[in-house]
Amino acid sequence: MSSTILVAGGELPDGRKCDLLVTDGVISEISPKIDVKAERTINAKDCIVLPGLVDLHTHLREPGKEDAETVQSGSLAGVRGGFTALSAMANTSPVADTAGVVEQVYRLGQSAGLLDVFPIGAVTRNLEGEHLAEIGAMADSAARVRIFSDDGHCVFDPLVMRRALEYVKKFNGVVAQHAQEPRLTMGAQMNEGVVSSQLGLKGWPAIAEEAIIARDILLADHVQARLHICHLTTAGGVEIIRWAKARGISVTAEVTPHHLLLTDELARSYDPVFKVNPPLRTESDVMALREALADGTIDIVATDHAPHPAESKECEWQEASFGMLGLETALSIVNQTMVQSGLLTWSQVADRMSYSPARIGLYEEHGQEIAVGSKAHLTVMNPTATYRVDRDLVASRSRNTPFHGMELPGTVLATIFNGAVVFEGARP
Amino acid sequence: MSLALPAPDMDRAITRISHEILERNSGSDSITLLGIPTRGAHLAARIASKIEAIEGRAAQCGTLDITLHRDDLRLRPPRALMPTTIPALGVEDRNVILVDDVLFSGRTIRAALDALGEIGRPRTVQLAVLVDRGHRQLPIRADYVGKNLPTSPTQIIKVQFTELDGVDAVSLEEGDK
Amino acid sequence: MRHLLSISDLSRTEALQILNTAEELAKVSDGPMKKLPTLRGRTIVNLFAEDSTRTRISFEAAAKRLSADVINFSAKGSSVSKGESLKDTAQTLQAMGADAVIIRHSASGSAQRLADNQWMTGSVVNAGDGTHEHPSQALLDAFTIRKNLAHGGDDLTGLHIAIVGDVLHSRVARSNVLLLTKLGAKVTLVAPPTLLPVGIDSWPVSVTYDFDSVIGSVDAVMMLRIQMERMSEMFFPNAREYSRYFGLNRDRLKTMKPTAIVMHPGPMNRGLEITADSADSARSVILEQVTNGVSVRMAILYLLLAGSQEIGASE
Repeated sequence: MSSTILVAGGELPDGRKCDLLVTDGVISEISPKIDVKAERTINAKDCIVLPGLVDLHTHLREPGKEDAETVQSGSLAGVRGGFTALSAMANTSPVADTAGVVEQVYRLGQSAGLLDVFPIGAVTRNLEGEHLAEIGAMADSAARVRIFSDDGHCVFDPLVMRRALEYVKKFNGVVAQHAQEPRLTMGAQMNEGVVSSQLGLKGWPAIAEEAIIARDILLADHVQARLHICHLTTAGGVEIIRWAKARGISVTAEVTPHHLLLTDELARSYDPVFKVNPPLRTESDVMALREALADGTIDIVATDHAPHPAESKECEWQEASFGMLGLETALSIVNQTMVQSGLLTWSQVADRMSYSPARIGLYEEHGQEIAVGSKAHLTVMNPTATYRVDRDLVASRSRNTPFHGMELPGTVLATIFNGAVVFEGARP
Repeated sequence: MSLALPAPDMDRAITRISHEILERNSGSDSITLLGIPTRGAHLAARIASKIEAIEGRAAQCGTLDITLHRDDLRLRPPRALMPTTIPALGVEDRNVILVDDVLFSGRTIRAALDALGEIGRPRTVQLAVLVDRGHRQLPIRADYVGKNLPTSPTQIIKVQFTELDGVDAVSLEEGDK
Repeated sequence: MRHLLSISDLSRTEALQILNTAEELAKVSDGPMKKLPTLRGRTIVNLFAEDSTRTRISFEAAAKRLSADVINFSAKGSSVSKGESLKDTAQTLQAMGADAVIIRHSASGSAQRLADNQWMTGSVVNAGDGTHEHPSQALLDAFTIRKNLAHGGDDLTGLHIAIVGDVLHSRVARSNVLLLTKLGAKVTLVAPPTLLPVGIDSWPVSVTYDFDSVIGSVDAVMMLRIQMERMSEMFFPNAREYSRYFGLNRDRLKTMKPTAIVMHPGPMNRGLEITADSADSARSVILEQVTNGVSVRMAILYLLLAGSQEIGASE
């Protein structure tokens, strides 16, 4: 693309205030003042310029559940949230357990053209947890899958998990585990604790998550493979990961924005917009997760963006689907819970939301430092401007955001993907 | 505020009503006094004790709460219920004397007649009130009246009984216009 | 008071008001006046998405005694069982002009969802939502306890009540714990550890796994129904073990205080959590609970529907 973009007056993650010039999809110049007539100029005064955000956990629902979301609408939601890369989870219909389906999702992302959609392949056939899916074929396909996950379901059989961990070593892949011991969570609806005892909703104990994390860390160590833990939610899980990392075990972990802010007290309304898997936990869990993200025990923020149509959420809690939207509000939630509270600097946010996710997923063109010669995937955001979340105004096809009505700090001014402005928000 | 009926006059009026009841009904054997709570019940008890003093034996006396039969329930938040106690001989074929402190629109008595109708079929229903202040909205009239007190609709009549309020009195106050 | 969804919505004063109103209404029901015109012209819908004959009949009797029109919308064969959503059902009832909906549903929180969502303008009465609450049952239980064990006060101060059985899955237990403690009683829960929820330490109750350790000191024993399906989920090994340790049998009955009473929300599993002779003994007030249920439900309907909808006010 022969075009130039000038991003003027913004602040880089390391604190430097400067202008930034993008030419032909690449960062061509960074200096305090660039005097050039560019085709497009972005006034980044009072803004932070981040490397394009990378989400390692997104549910795009296509193929099969296009009433909730499509690759197109999900991409739109993504760029509004400042993302330049999404990782599409495999629990579609049909499941992404063959080269055919992952290539389809990949192509849909390409034709939407707003950001990179990297399909995640299933670990087991049809997510049933019994036989390995065609992992090699998916890795070799045009989609070049490197992350494998049965997310939505746990790979509960320890033998299957062991084989998967070993098998993906062939192409330096990683298994991303959705840690949920099925026998301890049959019919579970919300975190098991004081609140669930009062509400009469079946509880989901923390150890159902922690027991699987512990098991898989030991397995990964034993077979010398990479392991990634999806959506960590408990203080106990944090401690287990800390222990593992101290021993040099190759495990990475993610936390969702909603688990950094919301607790199980919200279930008292019985509003299923707060029903999510894994469930919202307690205040002390939230605090432990924030500290872990700050000290790097948790490597990345991943949204687990899970759109659902109205009829799946406008019903009794027990009948409702699990999941919340997350793409459009992720950065402002991290801003509020981590930056404004002093737990993370913007440079660290760049790590947690761009460099590290790209590193884990082996997305070479993403998560590059903002430097001359790097690919121009950039997010320009104003950290002090606030906005009110309105579920009727989201880009997603679904409306199940738990943050509806909340005033959040931080608006995305522009998202640049491959040297093109794919989203420009209104200046407040 | 003015004192319409001081204590001694109130007492004389109640005495007279008691005698009138006995005269009309040829004694106390066939009558059942039912006071409408709160103050109608106190008045009924006074009448009953005067009748007992005159006749030498106790009169049938009880209370009839009319809350559930009111026609204006929907206009205000729900009201607390008062006790209803029907004396041993019941109301069937008796001369029931409904007793209330003030007769005004007549709606309370209409409700009392409905309530009574659900309990049984009296031989007659008669009405005794301490004060009749006019402004009837229904065709209801009292058989025994302590005092007729013409009032304007905005005035407030306050009836006090010693057992409840510490003093016996009927007073008249100006209400808000 | 616009809805009755949970005991936690009631203040102590409001709870006592319901009991005192029920007291007066009970006398009415005992006397010759069987029917009152108070709710004439009001339409009350029984929305029973879960099987229950006794609660539904109790509410129906209560509504009819106050001259309300009653429409029964029960699960079997209705659109609710065919998958019509709660929202559609609610909007249909609203379109039909329901002044109040009495809802019994298998999903915890369904009464609150009905009330919060503004799908309808009427009052919502929770007749049992999943394993969450059953407020009218707790109110009739408190009414029964007060009537039988009154110490002259209008609440339950000084009384000690044991609730025995499957607390984990019991909406009756949850509502009763909230109400009985609100009214000043001391509550002890008796159950095997598997049938007590995690988080029970936050409840204002004592807990024991040993029935015999408390039965001689309580003023009332409230037995909860055990569901046979629980055995497949291994909450206890078999019926025999359960009855031996947690059942109310003749031997345990004998150790109770002379004035103590036996209660059960029904329906009973005779022989499982309660033996036939315990259920039929002179201490048992189980049938009285049923009678009181109608008066208490009349009081609830009266307080919700008879007056205007001003919040919190009452004479």
